[in-house]
Amino acid sequence: MKKGYKLIYKRPQTLTKTRINYCPGCFHSTMHKLLMEVVEEMGIQEKTVGVCPVGCSVFAYNYMNVDMQEAAHGRAAAVATGIKRMLPDRYVFSYQGDGDLAAIGTAETLHACNRGENFTFVFINNGIYGMTGGQMAPTTLEGQKTTTSPYGRDPEKIGLPLKMAEIVSQFERVAYVERVSCNTPANTRKAKKALRNAFEYQGKKLGTTFIEVASNCPSGWKMTPEQSLKWLEERVFPYYPLKVFKKPDKKEV
Amino acid sequence: MPAKGYVEIDIERCKGCDLCVLSCPTDCLALNISDTNSYGLYYAYLKEEDDCIACMNCSVICPDAAITVYKKEDQPKQRS
Amino acid sequence: MGEIRLMKGNEALGEAAIRAGLQGYFGYPITPQSEVMEYLAQQEPHHNYVFLQAESEVAAVNMMYGAGGAGARVLTTTSSPGFSLMQEGISYIACAEIPCLFCNVVRGGPGLGTIQPSQSDYFQSTKGGGHGDYHTIVLAPNSVQEMVDFVYLGFNLADKYRTPVTILSDGAIGQMMEKVELPDPVEYKPDKPWATTGKTKDRERNILTSLYIQSEDMEKKNQKLQKKYEKIKQNEIRFDEYKTEDAEIIIVSFGLSSRVSRKSVDIGRAQGMKIGLFRPQTVWPFPYEKLREYADKDRVKFFISIEMNAGQMVEDVKLAVCGKKPVHFYGRMGGIVPDSYEVIEQIKKIKE
Ligand SMILES: Cc1ncc(C[n+]2csc(CCOP(=O)(O)OP(=O)(O)O)c2C)c(N)n1
Ligand code: SF4
Ligand code: SF4
Ligand code: SF4
Ligand SMILES: [Mg+2]
Repeated sequence: MKKGYKLIYKRPQTLTKTRINYCPGCFHSTMHKLLMEVVEEMGIQEKTVGVCPVGCSVFAYNYMNVDMQEAAHGRAAAVATGIKRMLPDRYVFSYQGDGDLAAIGTAETLHACNRGENFTFVFINNGIYGMTGGQMAPTTLEGQKTTTSPYGRDPEKIGLPLKMAEIVSQFERVAYVERVSCNTPANTRKAKKALRNAFEYQGKKLGTTFIEVASNCPSGWKMTPEQSLKWLEERVFPYYPLKVFKKPDKKEV
Repeated sequence: MPAKGYVEIDIERCKGCDLCVLSCPTDCLALNISDTNSYGLYYAYLKEEDDCIACMNCSVICPDAAITVYKKEDQPKQRS
Repeated sequence: MGEIRLMKGNEALGEAAIRAGLQGYFGYPITPQSEVMEYLAQQEPHHNYVFLQAESEVAAVNMMYGAGGAGARVLTTTSSPGFSLMQEGISYIACAEIPCLFCNVVRGGPGLGTIQPSQSDYFQSTKGGGHGDYHTIVLAPNSVQEMVDFVYLGFNLADKYRTPVTILSDGAIGQMMEKVELPDPVEYKPDKPWATTGKTKDRERNILTSLYIQSEDMEKKNQKLQKKYEKIKQNEIRFDEYKTEDAEIIIVSFGLSSRVSRKSVDIGRAQGMKIGLFRPQTVWPFPYEKLREYADKDRVKFFISIEMNAGQMVEDVKLAVCGKKPVHFYGRMGGIVPDSYEVIEQIKKIKE
């Protein structure tokens, strides 16, 4: 360190030393970092258990230095339910893609939310199946081309993209729902704050907390990271607005 | 005047995604396209050492947590 | 001595689970298994376990994964169609090596089938059931008492080998009332340093996964599992015999059909036929060796496998006997239980 300067940011200790293998500019990496920063800052590494189902982030346990369970595709909410029910004083999160949470695992997602399972969903909505090479997801935008919607998503045939944050905020026992992104420093700071809120509410046993990330997939979208930010602003945010959909009453907090 | 801050970039973790470069308010970062790290990727570096204001925009947005940020210590106030 | 009660098989299983230190039950209603769920739902306030009705068997098995992975003693019960839905999860559980106890109260299939008792899930249970090279230990009770005993045994084997264990019951054993001796409750103190309970400073993080993307790693994992299965084969084979000492005809039968077959032994002997019954209590691992010993004896003329299916265990009997003696099969399907006289008729036909 240069003399006369002090350290104000470094990589959190709660990330392992392993180099993160996601594609350049992918928000999966950003969200891993933010999550682990929150765990470090709250001092809850010893009390945190994560679940990562199949999707690009199935490797999350290589990077997050907390106890973790890999889950079958779509089943993270059920696995997290099992963990949290047995260990109610731990901080439990499930880290799921859109194919995982909103297609194959929709039933588990909705029922965990309806029961108000007291864990945190970190929902990475990148509008595509990243891991399997860019197929259409339940969240692919109208007209968006993917390898299985080569002419663009046709709502006549397949319906419109699912709005999970909007849907789960309808449940009585869901305490906190926010949609965030990591496309600018300001939004990234908000995303981290949202994660922190979610964990704090979880600590107070307020119910399900659900953070949807309007995420990117430069590889699957066949874009540079910079182009992916533009797509987010021009196409994704109008359909998937960034906002707080639900938060606990002041007196609960 | 000495810079208000500076950054160190772990070039092996850097993937050259450019997000930090796009987010720096003082344009002091750049991608080095004349060299690569051992993964064959371009990496970012602090091009204008005097301009960094330690705002942390780059470290916040960097997906790969490759950036460490330092800030100039506050000078003790001179008694007048 | 434990407490004596008259109980339904399914309820006895539930009560045994509580006494054996159950910490988490996750299930979905299906006939003829629902009494287990209902019993455990009723008892929940009086004990220290979590009962949760899942939204499906798919969810239930994955709650088992999570809860078992968190170090808890966990149980689910289901019946055939539900057990099919659980297979993906069981494959993951086997690979991630999480102790879990399953009970399949089998009904007749395929498809939605019938709610009557059957043994047609033998292949599914003993040969793996889901994808990949794995086995669960499979215990086949033939009485309400064994429903109880196998819960204790099943939980312990699951912990000992870090493996899923299946109790392969059927609709009749689940529903029948019998006198049972209930063992005293145990205070369960899990010793599971691998469980994901939160990474404390004194250890590396615990990861439960079934993902081994490099072929070499996946092969290594498989070798580890196979080694474990070998150990189980060496140590955990269980069977029961009835009048086999001098038997010339050996009936092989498990679960409910073994009760029928036992009566056939007595009927046959009264008519001068030297019949004996060999009853595997573990159908995986299967008692191949012991059956092979009988196949080597001159006095033994033939074997007959009596099942409530189209002939599934008979394949294992043939493997054991290895062509040394004839192996016959008789079974009923669709939820029909063969009666003892039917079995004797079959044996007479074979003798002619
Ligand atoms: C039962 C099952 N079906 C299909 C797959 C193949 N598969 C793996 S990941 C995936 C989609 C992942 O997409 P998403 O959840 O959006 O995560 P992302 O990779 O985009 O982050 C699919 C279909 C699987 N592993 N298991
Ligand atoms: S494929 Fe897409 S989601 Fe997966 S790591 Fe690459 S950019 Fe990220
Ligand atoms: S800290 Fe701010 S000014 Fe300094 S390099 Fe990073 S973004 Fe630029
Ligand atoms: S944001 Fe990080 S990974 Fe991307 S170019 Fe800058 S330092 Fe490298
Ligand atoms: Mg996706």
